[in-house]
Amino acid sequence: MSNNVLIIAEGRAEGLRKVSFELVNAAQQLAAQLGGSAQGAIVGSNVGVWADTLAKTGVSQVFVVDNPALAQFAPESYAAALAEIIRKAGPAIVLFGATGWGKELSARTAAKLDWGLVTDCTELKIENGSLVLTRPIYAGKAIAHVRAKSFPIMVSVRPNIIPPVEANQAAAPIEQVSVTLKEPRAKVVETVAKQKSKVDLGEAAIVVSGGRGVKGPEGFVPVQELADSLGGALGASRAAVDAGWIDYTHQVGQTGKTVSPKLYIAAGISGAIQHLAGMSSSKVIVAINKDPDAPIFKIADYGIVGDLFEVLPALNEEVKRITSQS
Amino acid sequence: MPYNIVVLLKRVPDTESKITIKENAVVTEGLNFVLDPYGEYGLEKALQLVEQHGGKVTIVLFGPAEAKETIRKGLAVGADEAIHIVDPALEGGDAASTAKILAAALKKIPFDMVWAGKQAVDEDNAQVPIRIAELLDLPHVNSIIEFEVAADGKSARCVREVDGERDVMITTLPAILTAQQGLGEIRYPSLKGIMGAKKKPITDWDVAALGLDAASVGKAGAKVETVNLEPPPARPPGKIIPGDPQTAAKELARLLHEEAKVI
Repeated sequence: MSNNVLIIAEGRAEGLRKVSFELVNAAQQLAAQLGGSAQGAIVGSNVGVWADTLAKTGVSQVFVVDNPALAQFAPESYAAALAEIIRKAGPAIVLFGATGWGKELSARTAAKLDWGLVTDCTELKIENGSLVLTRPIYAGKAIAHVRAKSFPIMVSVRPNIIPPVEANQAAAPIEQVSVTLKEPRAKVVETVAKQKSKVDLGEAAIVVSGGRGVKGPEGFVPVQELADSLGGALGASRAAVDAGWIDYTHQVGQTGKTVSPKLYIAAGISGAIQHLAGMSSSKVIVAINKDPDAPIFKIADYGIVGDLFEVLPALNEEVKRITSQS
Repeated sequence: MPYNIVVLLKRVPDTESKITIKENAVVTEGLNFVLDPYGEYGLEKALQLVEQHGGKVTIVLFGPAEAKETIRKGLAVGADEAIHIVDPALEGGDAASTAKILAAALKKIPFDMVWAGKQAVDEDNAQVPIRIAELLDLPHVNSIIEFEVAADGKSARCVREVDGERDVMITTLPAILTAQQGLGEIRYPSLKGIMGAKKKPITDWDVAALGLDAASVGKAGAKVETVNLEPPPARPPGKIIPGDPQTAAKELARLLHEEAKVI
């Protein structure tokens, strides 16, 4: 085992996901303390472009499994490919993004290698030679500090908690790793992009959410419009989802997505405990609600007591004016 | 054809609970404990499949002695029997340890499929069922919102939701399956169900019954340990922006741009 930190990059049709660049930053900081270097890995089919990008992020080495058998997602095959890279690279720490993809594959790969895995961490540091991690539990109602008893160890890191690096460095060497893959028993046969909003809620830098106060499905129109102007994702409270006004994939909260964007705007959301749990680690929180006693105001940085149907369109116009100038 | 279905459930505080921490542990007095909400979706699907095709639903729950009451909630909505893995020697472990414990239990139970929640809402690990699949050399499908077994019972078509996309996955059976919200509305127990649940069998298994070496699981076998727990940091008091909607919205946009610098 080396003192290196290996990050598992994740690709999308439009390129490497932002969280992959954030992982490189985290890996470089940890590797500096361990006296090792940050390395990158990518698996899939036709991933040459992603590998080239990853090689320019400042990592010392990139490992690639590029195999047509990985054209469609199959957890067993992907985990087998990742395990092969990890055996070959022999790092002290492996970092995944805590996306759906990363959480699923880190679990399967960790079990395959019999490693420990700490999910959805928001802070990583080396203390007295051990890796100590901070992770919200109960969707953020409590914060756990967790210590890895030994290396190697695997971690998934929540998106948006550390700035991304840029792919503007001299290219690191890329090593192709070959792996024999068995026919997987579970595999994707079709993918449908679903969310109306193009921005993934879990990774979005800005989230605009609506709750009971939007009063119906059409009430989400001004919420969506503001999200679009800000380049953000559309969220919702459980009350709005349970009422059938919006699809559950937008739900933020303890049963739903836990988000940590730089800006969270809650419109017509009173702030039930289970909703607050899912968003209270956001950097800046804005609450817009008619009820001045709504619990959401207790955790908001900025609040407007007023009707969201008046405030949101006005805010949208102002946002468009500001963003067109900058 | 009838199915033997195992549902892995966990006893968790309900999501409206306020979590307080004392001496590095969650204060459990006064909390209302329930079956984990995502696991309940899996239980509902298992009950529907058995209603359609015949078979048996077995709950497997790893948790303290107090969890009996929670297990009864699952039997009250229709599960046939339950196995309660209960042994202080098994407690205090990490997700890897829990997966080993549950995998050891599953080796002793015949099944066509295993359902679990995509994550439990207490520790939010989202890794135990998937680890079990690897330990038992079985396929898994994660975060399922639609599920249909093929006519021959040998495979299933799953729709799953992940990272804002929907995938259709085909898996052979047996498999480990995790449920996401959207899989279906859960049922509530009837009085008859609650009364009947008292007579349904709950079998206790301890470390010896599972054939596990106590040193490999629980606190001793864990690869990671919790050093301390604390409440989330308090947020500084915010400011309420006065004025009519137009004025307040304009001022808010200015503050977000110039003061908070987030737009």
